[in-house]
Amino acid sequence: MPRIGVFVCHCGHNIAGVVDVQAVVEGVKQREDVVFATDYKYMCSDPGQQLIRESIAKYELDGVVVAACSPAMHETTFRKTVAAEGLNPYRCESANIREQVSWVHQQEKEEATRKAIEIARSIAEKVKGNEALESLVLPLTRRTLVIGGGIAGMQAALDVADAGYPVILVEKNERLGGKMSRLSGTYLNFSAAPDMLKKKIARVLSHPNILTLTRAEVVSLSGYVGNFQAAVISKEAPPAQEAPETEPAEAARAEGDVSDEHEFHFEVGAIIVATGWQPYPLERLPEYGSGELPDVIDGLAFETILASKEGIHRPSDGAIPQEIVFVQCAGSRDPEKGVPYCSKVCCMVVAKQAMLYKECVPTGQAYVFYIDIRSAGKGYDEYVQRAMTDSQVIYLRGKVSKVFNETSRPGSKVIVWGSDTLGDRAVEIAADLVVLATPMAPDSSAVELGQRLHISTDANGFYNEAHPKLRPVETLTAGIFLAGAGQGPKDIPESAAQASGAAAKVLQLFSHDEMTASPLVATVIAELCAACGACVKVCPYGARTIHPVWNIATVNAALCQSCGACVVACPNKASQVHNWRPEQILAMVDEVL
Amino acid sequence: MAVAYFPGCTLSTKASGYDRSGRAVAQALGMTLEELPEWQCCGATFPLSIDNSMALIAPTRVLAQAQQAGEHVTTLCAICFHVLRRTQNFLSHQPEVLERINWFTEEPYLGATRVSHFLELLRDELTWEGLSQQVKRPLTGLKVAPYYGCLLLRPPTEIGLDDPDEPTILHDCLAAAGCEVISFPYQSECCGSYLAVSKPDLPEKLAGDILASAGRHGAQALVTACPLCQFNLDYPQRAEAHPAGKGIPVLYFTQLLAVALGLEQEAWGMDGHYVDPLPLFSSQAAPASASPA
Repeated sequence: MPRIGVFVCHCGHNIAGVVDVQAVVEGVKQREDVVFATDYKYMCSDPGQQLIRESIAKYELDGVVVAACSPAMHETTFRKTVAAEGLNPYRCESANIREQVSWVHQQEKEEATRKAIEIARSIAEKVKGNEALESLVLPLTRRTLVIGGGIAGMQAALDVADAGYPVILVEKNERLGGKMSRLSGTYLNFSAAPDMLKKKIARVLSHPNILTLTRAEVVSLSGYVGNFQAAVISKEAPPAQEAPETEPAEAARAEGDVSDEHEFHFEVGAIIVATGWQPYPLERLPEYGSGELPDVIDGLAFETILASKEGIHRPSDGAIPQEIVFVQCAGSRDPEKGVPYCSKVCCMVVAKQAMLYKECVPTGQAYVFYIDIRSAGKGYDEYVQRAMTDSQVIYLRGKVSKVFNETSRPGSKVIVWGSDTLGDRAVEIAADLVVLATPMAPDSSAVELGQRLHISTDANGFYNEAHPKLRPVETLTAGIFLAGAGQGPKDIPESAAQASGAAAKVLQLFSHDEMTASPLVATVIAELCAACGACVKVCPYGARTIHPVWNIATVNAALCQSCGACVVACPNKASQVHNWRPEQILAMVDEVL
Repeated sequence: MAVAYFPGCTLSTKASGYDRSGRAVAQALGMTLEELPEWQCCGATFPLSIDNSMALIAPTRVLAQAQQAGEHVTTLCAICFHVLRRTQNFLSHQPEVLERINWFTEEPYLGATRVSHFLELLRDELTWEGLSQQVKRPLTGLKVAPYYGCLLLRPPTEIGLDDPDEPTILHDCLAAAGCEVISFPYQSECCGSYLAVSKPDLPEKLAGDILASAGRHGAQALVTACPLCQFNLDYPQRAEAHPAGKGIPVLYFTQLLAVALGLEQEAWGMDGHYVDPLPLFSSQAAPASASPA
C-alpha cells in the first residue's frame, strides 16, 4: 500500500475563495492510501515547501500530490522539494485546482469543490501508479557551429574558441566581416571600424580552435542538443592549417572531382545562428523612386561612397552633392507599405553620415527628415546633438511623401517633397543626392535556414528568441542560440553583446559533465511490438525508428517530446509514455466516475 | 450589353463632351449606356462628419433610382463614382444608417447596387486587348500623360480601382488606343478641386506645376477621367492668361478613344475646351471613309 500525502493550496483567495479547501482535504482522505492531507495558504512559499518536506519525513510518504495551480507553473518547484527530502521527483504530481477549477467556476462554489476533490483523488491514483524514474543521461559533443561570419558570428566564435572549445565558422560569402566590412566607420568613434574588423578577422583566421569555411552553407541539420549532425557545403577547399585540434574535418569528405563543391559533416553540441541582416530592397519603395533614380541610394551604398578615398561623388554624373537629403524611416514604421518595426540604428547612422558629409563637403547642406529621433544609449543623443549644432545639419520633423527626378538630363536634381511638421509647412528640396535610411531586413536565407534548423522566425523573418525578455539569446530548440541582427535590428555593440551572451550559453552547456533529460518519454514494450511502423509515421519529432537488428520500434529519448501520438497510433498498445500508461489513465478515470 | 448609366450634373452641362464621347465610345464597343430615367445630384462630396446620414441621402437616392434599372450602375465622372461607390460601401456595412436614410427616400435602397467606373468596364469586361482590337485609327506617336487626380483612386480600401501610388488603369487604356503613354511625377497630385470656387489662385498654381511637369516630360496632351480635374487644368490656360496655341490640351480618355475607334468628329465632343485639342488630330480628322485604315 502506497503512502500518499496530499497538500491543498489556498493560493491566497485564488483557490480558497471558491473551493472549500477543508472539504478537499477531507475528500481525499477517503482514499485508503492517502495517509496524510492538509491545506496551507501558499504551498509554493518557503514555509509551504517546508511543510511538504516535514510531512514526507514524519508520515514516511512515498508519493505526493500538490493540489494547487497548473503543473506548468510549479510542478518543477514541488518535484525539487520532494527530491530534497529523498523522494523520487516523479512520485510527485500537481493537481490543477486553480486554472481548471477555481478560476473557471467562480459562480459555482459547491460544484467547484466537488470537482477539486475529484481531480485531487484522480491525481492521487496517478501517483499510486507512477514509477520512480531517473533522469536520462545523454552524451555531449563539445564543439560549436557558428553560422554567419559577421561581427556577431566572429565575436561568438572567438569567445567559445578562447575558452578552449573547437568552433566551425560557416560564412556564405567569400570573406568574413559581414555588413560591418561595408561601413566607412562607426558612430561615436568614426575611424575605428575597419581596423577593429581587420583585427577581429585576423584573430578568427589564425585561431587554432576555429575552422572557417567561406562560401559555405549549412544544408542540413539533424540530432539534438549536445549531439547535432550538421552538413555543410562549401565552394572552397578548407584551409588545412586552421583545423581545430580536435578532429573537425575527420568526417569531411571532399567531392571535388565532380564540382568545386565540398561537403563536410560535423558533429556539434551547440549552434549559434548569426546570419545578420540585409538592406530592404529599394524596389519596394515606389514613392521614393523604386531604386530607378540613380541619385537616390540607401545608407549602405552611401557608406561605400564615404569609405572611398576619392571623396563624395554622386552616382549619376560624379558631381559633388551640394545639397543632400537623408530620409529616415524610409520604409520603416510603415505597416501599410513597408515594415512595421523600427530599425533602431538609423537615427545614429544618419547623424554619422551627415557629419561625415559635412567634413568632406564643408560648403554643402545636409537635411534630415525624421519622425522622431531614437538615440537611446550612452553618448548617443549627445552625438545627434553634435550633428545638429556643430555640423549645422538641418533636421526637419516630418515624412517625405515623394522623391522624383523632374528630368533625366545630366546634372538634374532630385526633387524631395516632405513636410516640416514643426514649421507647419510643405517642403520641397531640389537635392543632388538622397540617402534613404531603409529598414534592416533579415538576411534572405533566414526563413529557409530557420526551417532547416527547426527554429522559428517572426512575421518579418527575424529569428524568434525563446523569451523576449528573459531568454533573449536562446531559441526554443535546445542547443541553438542567436546572435546579432538576424534576431532583430541591432547595432554593433548590441550584436557583440548578444554574441558574447550566446557564447556564454554554449559554455554553460559545455560545463556539464553529461547532459540530462526528462525521463518522461515514450517507451516500447518489446514483447507487444509487431514492428508495423505506425508509430514511426506519426512521430512529429522523428524520434521513432524500427531497429534494424531487433526488429522492434525504438525511441530516441532525446528527441521524444512525449506528445503521445505513438501511443494512440499503436494498434497493440506496445507504445507507452512513462507514467502515463493506459492502465494508469483508466484507473484515474475510474477514480472520478 | 446594356448598363445603367448615371451621368451626373457636370456631364450634363459643363462636361457634355465627356458625356457625348463616352456614350459614343460605349456604343461603338457594343455597350449601351442607358441613362437612368430619373436622377438627381450625387451629393458631389462624400461626407466626413460624425453623423453622415443627412448628407448621404442624395447619393442613396441615386442608388435607389439605379436599383430599379438593374444591379449595376456605371459612371464617367470620377467624383460621382467616388461618392456613389463610397456610399454603397459605407451603407453595406451600416444597416442601421441605411434604415434611417431610407425613411427619406421615395424607394427604399436595398443596399446591393454595384457601382462601377466606365474604365472598370473597359478593363474587366472588355479587357484592354479587346479594346485594342477594336481600334481603327491607332493614335501612334501621340504623347499623352495620364492624370489621375485624387478621387478616382482614393481611398484605395474603399475605392479599390487601382494602386493609388502607381496607377496603371489610364495608362493601359491609352496604350490600347495606340498612344505613347508618358508617366510624370505629378500624375496623382491634387488639381485644387473645389478650391477653384473659393480660392481660385490655388488651383491655378497647382495646375501650373502639373502642366509644367507634364510639358517637361514631353506630353502633348493630358488625359483625365474627372471633369473637375479637366476644368482646373484647362481653364488656367485660357486665351487671356496664356498666348493662344501654347497650352497643353486636357482631354477625357473617352475623347481619345472616340478618335481611335474611328468615330465621327461630332462624337469626339471636343468643342468646349480652353486649349483646342483638335490640332492634335489633324491627320485623324479626315472622314472615316477616306481613312487608309
